[in-house]
Amino acid sequence: MPKRTDIKRIMVIGSGPIIIGQAAEFDYAGTQACLALKEEGYEVILVNSNPATIMTDKEIADRVYIEPITLEFVSRILRKERPDALLPTLGGQTGLNMAMELSGSGILEELNIELLGTKLKAIDQAEDRDLFKKLMEELEQPIPESEIVHTVAEALNFVEKIGYPIIVRPAFTLGGTGGGMCDNEEELREIAANGLKLSPVGQCLIEKSIAGFKEIEYEVMRDSADNAIVVCNMENFDPVGIHTGDSIVFAPSQTLSDYEYQMLRDASLKIIRALKIEGGCNVQLALDPLSFDYYVIEVNPRVSRSSALASKATGYPIAKLAAKIAVGLTLDEMKNPVTGTTYAEFEPALDYVVAKIPRWPFDKFEKGDRRLGTQMKATGEVMAIGRNIEESLLKAVRSLEIGAHHAELKSLSEVTDEELTEKMVKAQDDRLFYLTEALRRGYTIFELAELTKIDLFFLDKLVHIIELETELAAANLDLDILKKAKQNGFSDRKIAELWQTTEDKIAEKRREHGIVPVYKMVDTCAAEFASQTPYFYSTYEEENESLVSDKPSVLVLGSGPIRIGQGVEFDYATVHSVKAIQAAGYEAIIMNSNPETVSTDFSISDKLYFEPLTLEDVLNVVNLEKPVGVIVQFGGQTAINLAEPLTNNGVSIIGTSIEDLDRAENRDLFEQALQRLEIPQPLGETAVSTEEAVVIAKKIGYPVLVRPSYVLGGRAMEIVDNKSDLESYMREAVKASPEHPVLIDRYLTGKECEVDAISDGKDVLIPGIMEHIERAGVHSGDSMAVYPPQTLSKEIQQTIAAYTKKLALGLNCKGIMNIQFVIHEEKVYVIEVNPRASRTVPFLSKITGIPMAQVATQIILGKTLQELGYQDGLYPESSLVHVKAPVFSFSKLQRVDTYLGPEMKSTGEVLGSDVSLNKALYKVFEASGLHLPDYGAVLFTIADETKEEALELAKRFDAIGYSLVATTGTAEYLEQQGLHVRTVAKMDSDGKDNVLSVIRKGEVQAIINSMDKKRAYSPEGFAIRREAVEHGIPLFTSLDTAKAIVTVLESRSFLVESL
Amino acid sequence: MTKRLLILEDGTTFVGEGFGGELNTTGEVVFTTSMTGYQETITDQSFNGQIIMFTYPMVGNYGINRDDYESISPTCKGVIVKEHARLASNWRANMTLDEFLKRKGIPGISGIDTRKLTRKLREVGTMKGSIIDVISELDHAFDQLKATVMPRDQVKQVSTTKPYPSPGIGRNIVVIDYGLKHSILRELSRRECNLTVLPYNTDAQTILDLHPDGVMLTNGPGDPKDVPESIATIREIQGKVPIFGICLGHQLFALANDADTFKLKYGHRGLNHPVREIATGKIDFTSQNHGYAVDMQSIDPEKLMVTHVEVNDGTIEGIRHRNYPAFSVQFHPDAAPGPHDAIHLFDEFMELIDAWKENN
Repeated sequence: MPKRTDIKRIMVIGSGPIIIGQAAEFDYAGTQACLALKEEGYEVILVNSNPATIMTDKEIADRVYIEPITLEFVSRILRKERPDALLPTLGGQTGLNMAMELSGSGILEELNIELLGTKLKAIDQAEDRDLFKKLMEELEQPIPESEIVHTVAEALNFVEKIGYPIIVRPAFTLGGTGGGMCDNEEELREIAANGLKLSPVGQCLIEKSIAGFKEIEYEVMRDSADNAIVVCNMENFDPVGIHTGDSIVFAPSQTLSDYEYQMLRDASLKIIRALKIEGGCNVQLALDPLSFDYYVIEVNPRVSRSSALASKATGYPIAKLAAKIAVGLTLDEMKNPVTGTTYAEFEPALDYVVAKIPRWPFDKFEKGDRRLGTQMKATGEVMAIGRNIEESLLKAVRSLEIGAHHAELKSLSEVTDEELTEKMVKAQDDRLFYLTEALRRGYTIFELAELTKIDLFFLDKLVHIIELETELAAANLDLDILKKAKQNGFSDRKIAELWQTTEDKIAEKRREHGIVPVYKMVDTCAAEFASQTPYFYSTYEEENESLVSDKPSVLVLGSGPIRIGQGVEFDYATVHSVKAIQAAGYEAIIMNSNPETVSTDFSISDKLYFEPLTLEDVLNVVNLEKPVGVIVQFGGQTAINLAEPLTNNGVSIIGTSIEDLDRAENRDLFEQALQRLEIPQPLGETAVSTEEAVVIAKKIGYPVLVRPSYVLGGRAMEIVDNKSDLESYMREAVKASPEHPVLIDRYLTGKECEVDAISDGKDVLIPGIMEHIERAGVHSGDSMAVYPPQTLSKEIQQTIAAYTKKLALGLNCKGIMNIQFVIHEEKVYVIEVNPRASRTVPFLSKITGIPMAQVATQIILGKTLQELGYQDGLYPESSLVHVKAPVFSFSKLQRVDTYLGPEMKSTGEVLGSDVSLNKALYKVFEASGLHLPDYGAVLFTIADETKEEALELAKRFDAIGYSLVATTGTAEYLEQQGLHVRTVAKMDSDGKDNVLSVIRKGEVQAIINSMDKKRAYSPEGFAIRREAVEHGIPLFTSLDTAKAIVTVLESRSFLVESL
Repeated sequence: MTKRLLILEDGTTFVGEGFGGELNTTGEVVFTTSMTGYQETITDQSFNGQIIMFTYPMVGNYGINRDDYESISPTCKGVIVKEHARLASNWRANMTLDEFLKRKGIPGISGIDTRKLTRKLREVGTMKGSIIDVISELDHAFDQLKATVMPRDQVKQVSTTKPYPSPGIGRNIVVIDYGLKHSILRELSRRECNLTVLPYNTDAQTILDLHPDGVMLTNGPGDPKDVPESIATIREIQGKVPIFGICLGHQLFALANDADTFKLKYGHRGLNHPVREIATGKIDFTSQNHGYAVDMQSIDPEKLMVTHVEVNDGTIEGIRHRNYPAFSVQFHPDAAPGPHDAIHLFDEFMELIDAWKENN
């Protein structure tokens, strides 16, 4: 069927800020969708609050609105733009929920806007547990015994009938938020109560547990002519019981016979047809490992994280085709973009195996609950492609960047057998390593299968890896076994360790004997048809298909899996760098390991190598491609960390040189440079031992800011107030980063701000200064940033610009860099320099209109700022005020303290722009979900040393009509100052009115909780913060953020004063 | 593990490791892109005389079970894989692929760059090949390979030599066995048909004397032109009894109606072939295994109507007789292995039979 001509303008809703369960995959999907619709001649109007996305680039849609995805703002845009249709199925759960809300409000009907892709009824049928159950019964598709409950009592009643274990699934929540498995009544009471609270419709499904079944997913597509296909199926290594987003996954399925495969395929197609979805859909199934019994677990009537994975795993661009289907095109009339010769009506055949491993944030949240269950906890994922399980699995493991270059964590050799068993049964993020440790200790695969229900097939692959380790160890320098190990994914580093030599030596020996990887194409059709896709993976076989072109090429290293501190911002910069390389006439080659991203869309670059970002893997590509240079400035710390070893191997890093990178990152060299440039910085020194640290701290005076050098997102950074805290920190920190020394700085309080700068070695362009709302002490990634600066004097701004220029030139920056400053007592100090693109690049690029990563890339390739039409110095300020605010995923991470400090905790960001600071702030608060009603109650629990400051805040809340609630100490103080306060008892008192119950009952609409400088752990403060998160009540742990929100409330409030 | 060689008639040599049967073998090397269903594939008699290469790199993961055989004594010449699973992991599995091939005396070779081989076959076309022990003097092996004449009596090799019944309580169907897959019998049995399976060379009178309600022309190996006697039989029975042909049965039915067949460069072998039903525009994913196809140009529009085409290369996938109750498809609606999308064709056969009965 030809595309529709009765609609012309289509609004696409993005997925908003990155949170756990909804990450970069929706930037990939949204970007593909917008481009596909434009390609078909439609005018595309996009709304997304997340500036760190390619989809919100001006070129992607005709109109881009970076505005909150809330009923208020989206309605406003709909009224202004009057689109003919709305496409909500590419913006994750956020997009779908927004569509439902819009529809509920009546605006779609009023403005006569059609919903494309999936009808509301289908969304309801797939997501409303009751309707879903009914539909499955109609289709004769089995689902586990279950009941919808609206109260905890109903839940208990039902479970009495079916027995434990059961699973609680709240309706309409992201990534299974609030759900969980329960083995007893106590757990059920807790989880059900929480789930009911978190479900926007107050509804939970109580379901018989089928933990231990095989978990299988099918990615299916359907068009308006009822053509339906399976793009890919996947099998989880981890059986049912662990959220699929937290599971290790292989594609295609591995242990299903054709009978089973087809049985589940039939079920999936039956479901997508019944739902009449026009686009993509994901069906999750559970298959009994001992019979043909299966259950449908869940259906996502939209593109999802799994469809992004399936797209990268097969090469089949699901989102792009889903968007085209939404406007009426059918699968049999569209070409398969991969082969260019066959049609989109095609079920890909793979001739490789894909492994996906999630990336969890527990390296940063050491105290977080690492146990995996039905609630997703991973922030990102890696994918690897190989010709067998071992190869793809080991490549994926070394892509994770968790310090493991093999399926092995050395530290586990010390755990007891009891702990080993416990950790295998109660899976954490690191279960894979416990499994391999158990096998090394001689446990059999049958024992492990008994404990974990993991299929023997997968366990046997782990055994094979361990057998190869033994074979390697026994046959030093044997070429046959070397080759075999490489064919099974072993890294040179692991082989070197077993052969007691160096990685370099192994690589040398390999090359000497021609044991080098070849690159195979991902072509959707197992080579049955000729394809042109420039999408490759490495393996150790005979034929190399990646032909090197005559055109000079530049290799850009991506940023790997999304994690806290290194988010989608870096993918944004990577993609822009590629565009600039192509514009400059080079062939742009990307290497990356993250399946969620735009950069790993094979249509972005001239060539994509889906490979781990390790020295070995990068060198292999470099040796084949011989690029004129490698760019490391845009791939975050992942890429920067490879600069030195690559240089040592004779690879040309273009842009800022390795010596200069080191000068910015190495503390001593950096200090020398600053002294030479006469730029002040907080006093500080480097310590390599605890004793040394104590001496330094004494010299510069407490409080001190301590952190390991070469850190990511402020990892392990702390403010320390005394000697004993310092000593205990040193023991932990040194453990956290053994290869690098620890930095000890004077902790200066004051205003923080940062700049990104682009330098060509002569001129330095400063697109803008971003002023932080929160004072120093809160990590810059967790701070709200305002542009242009609102409180900095002209002199200070000039000083910042002058220091920036001096630093850029003094450090020989060529390309882009980021500098952080603190203003202490009207004096500007440099805190940190990152000689690479930072997290703020997309934000600043969008609001200034300077494509910063592209400009920087062109400079790296030899252009000057002048040639590109830019001048030296601070770029003229924009007339609007722009605010960037962090977004957190605390509700997914039990036991993580939400208090903001020097260690970064946010997972995403939103942007708000308007004519005044207050309006811009209002937008970001709305966009990040910190909605405060016009009146209500606010709870204060304040540390002594900040009470005075809090008093002013309390007065302001009081003045606009908020009632005040406070814990005993704070209440006493505020009452002394003449305020009316409702006093609530401390947590440990058993009165009805204790502080936690007030939160739980929803009697307060906001919570302000501060800690003193020591930030000593208090069980009460922690409990209050967790309670706030778990009940979705806005929490402010920085008084600066609280001031910002009260200012916004004030600006929306009217004066009511008697005469 | 023993090193073994795979040699091709164009002079290519691959070194791999032997598994399964240990003898040397020669056959036509073909590839299939199916990712599941190796047991059904290997036991499919249409692969008679062929060495099957799987493009999916890991074969044997779920072992071999008692239910998924498509014939009792497979006659393919060999199996080529990147890797075969040493452990069979599935509740139905009762042996590994290696054990199965050993018992059946079918040699296998693993550790081959199967993607390289696929690309070669795609470019050059299917070739003769041999799986042999490592020898120093390869010239002789190549000479022998080139001199090998591929058999042309493949249908005779795999067809039953004696008629046998598969009783049911419903419609009476004669199944002409050119190398049938059990799945065809399974689908007919599921529809309660009373079956009589006859050798490929049964004459028309013998068939008609059984007064069947319908005749099923099955799949089978090789070039349809190698069984002219079967073509003649079809010519004689058509119009007198409803006919449904699958795969080789389809090609024979076409030849019986003066169409021509030709050899495809590298065939259709896999489970993901989209086929469009021309009348409705509906597309089904189908299971396919054929090296020959009916020539579009040769169709006599007075006699035959093309009902199905392959979406990607436009080749004929189904025909129907203009005047007689007879139709046939190139693909396998019986699946096994593969998608069930076109399984409704068996129901259409039943309907055709009933309609014919009513009118006569």
